[in-house]
Amino acid sequence: MNTEGVDESKRQFLTSALTVVGSIGTGYLAVPFLSQMQPSVKAMAGGAPVEVDLSKLESGQLLRVAWRGKPVWIVNRTPTVLETLKTMDSVLSDPNSNDSIQPEYSKNPYRSIKPEIFVAIGLCTHLGCSPTFRPEIAPHDLGPDWKGGFFCPCHGSRFDYAGRVYSGVPAPTNLEIPPHYYINDNLLLIGETGNGGAA
Amino acid sequence: MKVNRLTLCGNWILDRFPLTKLWNDHMAHYYAPKNFNFWYFFGSLALLVLVNQFLTGILLTMNYKPDAKLAFDSVEYIMRDVNWGWLIRYMHSTGASAFFIVIYLHMFRGLIYGSYKQPRELIWIFGMLIFLCLMAEAFMGYLLPWGQMSYWGAQVIISLFSAIPFIGDDLSLWIRGDYVVADATLNRFFAFHVISVPLVLVLLIFLHIVALHEVGSNNPDGVEIKKYKDKNGIPLDGIPFHPYYTVKDIVGVAVFLIFFATVIFYIPEMGGFFLEADNFIPADPLKTPEHIAPLWYFTPFYAILRAVPDKFAGVIAMFGSIAVLFVLPWLDRSPVKSIRYRGAIFKKALFFFVISFFALGYLGTQPATPTLTIFARIFTLIYFGFFLLMPIYTRWEKPKPVPSRLKDPLTLESIVPSIKAAYEEMTIKDNNGIVLFGSTEFQRKPNPEGIRNVLLRLAKKIITSFE
Repeated sequence: MNTEGVDESKRQFLTSALTVVGSIGTGYLAVPFLSQMQPSVKAMAGGAPVEVDLSKLESGQLLRVAWRGKPVWIVNRTPTVLETLKTMDSVLSDPNSNDSIQPEYSKNPYRSIKPEIFVAIGLCTHLGCSPTFRPEIAPHDLGPDWKGGFFCPCHGSRFDYAGRVYSGVPAPTNLEIPPHYYINDNLLLIGETGNGGAA
Repeated sequence: MKVNRLTLCGNWILDRFPLTKLWNDHMAHYYAPKNFNFWYFFGSLALLVLVNQFLTGILLTMNYKPDAKLAFDSVEYIMRDVNWGWLIRYMHSTGASAFFIVIYLHMFRGLIYGSYKQPRELIWIFGMLIFLCLMAEAFMGYLLPWGQMSYWGAQVIISLFSAIPFIGDDLSLWIRGDYVVADATLNRFFAFHVISVPLVLVLLIFLHIVALHEVGSNNPDGVEIKKYKDKNGIPLDGIPFHPYYTVKDIVGVAVFLIFFATVIFYIPEMGGFFLEADNFIPADPLKTPEHIAPLWYFTPFYAILRAVPDKFAGVIAMFGSIAVLFVLPWLDRSPVKSIRYRGAIFKKALFFFVISFFALGYLGTQPATPTLTIFARIFTLIYFGFFLLMPIYTRWEKPKPVPSRLKDPLTLESIVPSIKAAYEEMTIKDNNGIVLFGSTEFQRKPNPEGIRNVLLRLAKKIITSFE
């Protein structure tokens, strides 16, 4: 390159100016390229609320429904189970659900609106597997201290009947509770909060 | 004259493209050490498997449908109705596992002969990037059949990113393109698996080979052959890659194909290790299979993830177990490359590392019971100990003297006398025995005393090789 009689500072200025302008242009182009990978309008509209009829849900049963493509559990808990929940605090990592995600009206010892009906998103807060419903007491694979609840087969996280996580397992927080409310005694709506407020 | 025309045509190209130069630089006049053993097959085998994956992959895309509603059925369609579809799919699925077997052996070769050490650090780093790319490629390819394992495997691995503080949730949402693994995820993984990652892979392999041919190949003695050259500048201990190693590699290819074809035709699922049983059930977003495990080549890292009882720390440990491989050239402080001249400490450390890698691989396939989790924690510590303590124990190590030139490899002629001596020690003359091939050489019967002595000497030799 011939550098004789060349204004070095002018050349430097042009190089810098081109770099800056080029980077800004690339930056602007990156926005549509990257954000086209965000959920599309159609995917976001797929999150409509789901209505569930509870009249056939017997005591002790679990019902799975899909909301936003995720499994949502509705469990009808027996009085014995509700008694057991009060004795679990010592083995739980977040018994009062202070660090977990739930609507304000579900932040209580039973983590539900009605004590017996438990509604939760059935995805482990660790890496998103769907835990298995294990209502039996002290099965041989879960040990003698198992009082019934949910067990994640993927990485061994344990949750009690209120979706509260045991301590010493990989899952960091309790199971998430979706916004929900009762339209009447037997009709539950998942995805919206009582007074018409959207999720 | 016809020949002249052909020559003219050839010259026309050579005037415009350095074909001869490329051939000479990288094949006919690329001098490789003369003592390559079977560990040196795996580089060229990796290339063979790559070609297999490209060819079968392109054929598979002709009948595969990247759509959540159609994907599972289109794979079954390939298996049942497409002419030879089963063969092409099994070649692709077996090829994926074969790729990892070959690459793991290729990396192990680098580990025992110190091929990552100065001046070959960049070759190792390019190689590690290829390994990363390969893992991404295999992971995204495994989602495409849209079976239960595809679905929940992807759900778990993408959720790993959500453990990153602050940006995690948005990042995993961006990767999925939906709130759960869905059609959008399948479609983009298809695009990455078929276009982006293979392109990057080819580029990295190109860089890997360019870097290798710049500094030259290492060898089982870990001696630089470029130190001693003849008057033409050719390394005294080097032989041209073509025809010597191209011919040798053909033997490797033949042996590899025997194993490869056996798996494809007789055990394509490899008892659930190459294709998992649960993946023959269509994806169900509401129900996780009872026992989910990744394919065998990810299980060591998966076991490390599960061994840590904290979500974020577990993800850090898993990525760390791969990241630590990148800095290996700077962790190893030993002046000696090859395991042949390294001290006992490194041999023992490597032995425990190999045990822990296999053990973690096994534990990753098993359910996470409390006992197995404790074992996984112990082996995770050994895995990291091997790398992180390396700067300390390689400094203590007392290497043996390294020869300045390559040792002559063992030939059959040189070991025949010692075999004969061992045979004579282990047997005693027996005049009543049968005469074989008209020779009384075989008129002998076993000598228990001699057999014991020979075995004892062999055992001592193995033990002292560790000291």
